[in-house]
Amino acid sequence: MATYTTNQFKGGLKLMLDGEPYSIVENEFVKPGKGQAFNRVKLRNLKTGKVLDRTFKSGESVEAADVLETELQYLFNDGEHWYFMDTETFDQVAAGKAAMGGAEKWIKEQDICNVTLWNGEPLQVDPPSFVELQVTQTDPGVRGDTSSGGSKPATVETGAVVRVPLFLEEGEVIKIDTRKGEYVGRVKD
Amino acid sequence: MSENWRPAASLATLRARAELMDAVRRFFRERGLLEVETPLLSAAAGTDPNLEPLHTRYEGPEAPSDGLLYLHTSPEFPMKRLLAAGSGPVWQISRVFRGGERGPRHNPEFTMLEWYRPGWDHRALMVEVAELVAAVAGPRPVRERTHAEAFASLGVDPHRDDAAALDAAARANGVTPPDGLERDALLDLLFSHAVAPELGHGRIEFVHDFPAEQAALARVREGDPPVAERFECYLDGMEIANGFHELADAAEQRRRFVADQQRRRARGQPVPPVDERLLAALQAGLPDCAGVALGLDRLFMVALGARRIDEVLAFPLERA
Repeated sequence: MATYTTNQFKGGLKLMLDGEPYSIVENEFVKPGKGQAFNRVKLRNLKTGKVLDRTFKSGESVEAADVLETELQYLFNDGEHWYFMDTETFDQVAAGKAAMGGAEKWIKEQDICNVTLWNGEPLQVDPPSFVELQVTQTDPGVRGDTSSGGSKPATVETGAVVRVPLFLEEGEVIKIDTRKGEYVGRVKD
Repeated sequence: MSENWRPAASLATLRARAELMDAVRRFFRERGLLEVETPLLSAAAGTDPNLEPLHTRYEGPEAPSDGLLYLHTSPEFPMKRLLAAGSGPVWQISRVFRGGERGPRHNPEFTMLEWYRPGWDHRALMVEVAELVAAVAGPRPVRERTHAEAFASLGVDPHRDDAAALDAAARANGVTPPDGLERDALLDLLFSHAVAPELGHGRIEFVHDFPAEQAALARVREGDPPVAERFECYLDGMEIANGFHELADAAEQRRRFVADQQRRRARGQPVPPVDERLLAALQAGLPDCAGVALGLDRLFMVALGARRIDEVLAFPLERA
């Protein structure tokens, strides 16, 4: 079992606490001149996202969390799980809705996603930062309509809705920044 | 190429630091204390289980049998030997070294100001500490509280509560104690997490009369409960100084050294040799005196509005 001592603590280190995987957000060394040294640590639960404070005795060892970030290819969704594959080993994993965290709005089959695995199970799925998706539904833009700030909603092939400029038409392919959920530009063929 | 060749502190801060250093020197010169220098390296070391001395190896004439020389964690022992030799009041600025200590307020090598006042007790020395702080970091109102008073708002009696009660008090105050803490460590946990951060905001704050088990090198005043004649000074939630009405009883000092060594052995820590020269000096007669060790880097942090010790050091650990 791999362990870390408090001397190795730093932001981003992954630990096991009470059987759950955590990532260190902040680590502070606290010591009275004539007293016991402690590490006051802020940790994020990698399954629930909840942040908690924990104090360790300096020098104490803590079990390392077997967490791995890897790039996997999205295969399909069966209504409950989203399936991903390692393109070298062909190993497959299934991510539930909590791990998807909204990533499902942006991805198409064969897209490569950044997947955080703990004991081989997906904890978090990040879509590519930019995706190119076809507009499946949008109303025709009305020239001179400024009440909507020069934009209108458009539904793309994955079902997500983004605001696009008035000139865009159904069938066009657009580039989207998934971190902000925003239209970036039109993709010319 | 590493960018870490540059100083962590700005040059403006280093200039301001040099001026603050002058203010400290002026303070002691004007008061007529004798400036002294004592060795950084010694074959003996402090035994406090919560202070880890660094050591180095000396080979050559007069080397100790194991070749080990310890870097001092404070110049306390040789300064007391000077007092026992009749030096009168002494002061010193020195670099001290502590293993395992690195964080926003800690660097393993830092600058300590230490001074001793024969004929004074810890309460009298607290007044002078406040004057020094005012001379360096500007005047602030002073508040003094006993250790028990500082704990009162947490519903804790630091002299009498047992480990279970302290554990419960920590939880009630939002701090989950790590497993296996002894009573002393639980008091340290509560103090460092819940008491200290509230001390010394807009004022110079002293905490004095510690539980007898936390006497370190202070004398214990009999009473119910007995209290250690020890104080700490706080500014902006940060410990700046620790002082004692100094223990002068050689037999009691030896008993505490041996108890520390046993505790170190039990915890699997290195066990440095007891300083027999200090004990001989106490035997010969240490004048009744009070002494204090003050972390100058932290005082300068307060004076300059710095939040991290690195802001006042040219080259902290990672750049040293």
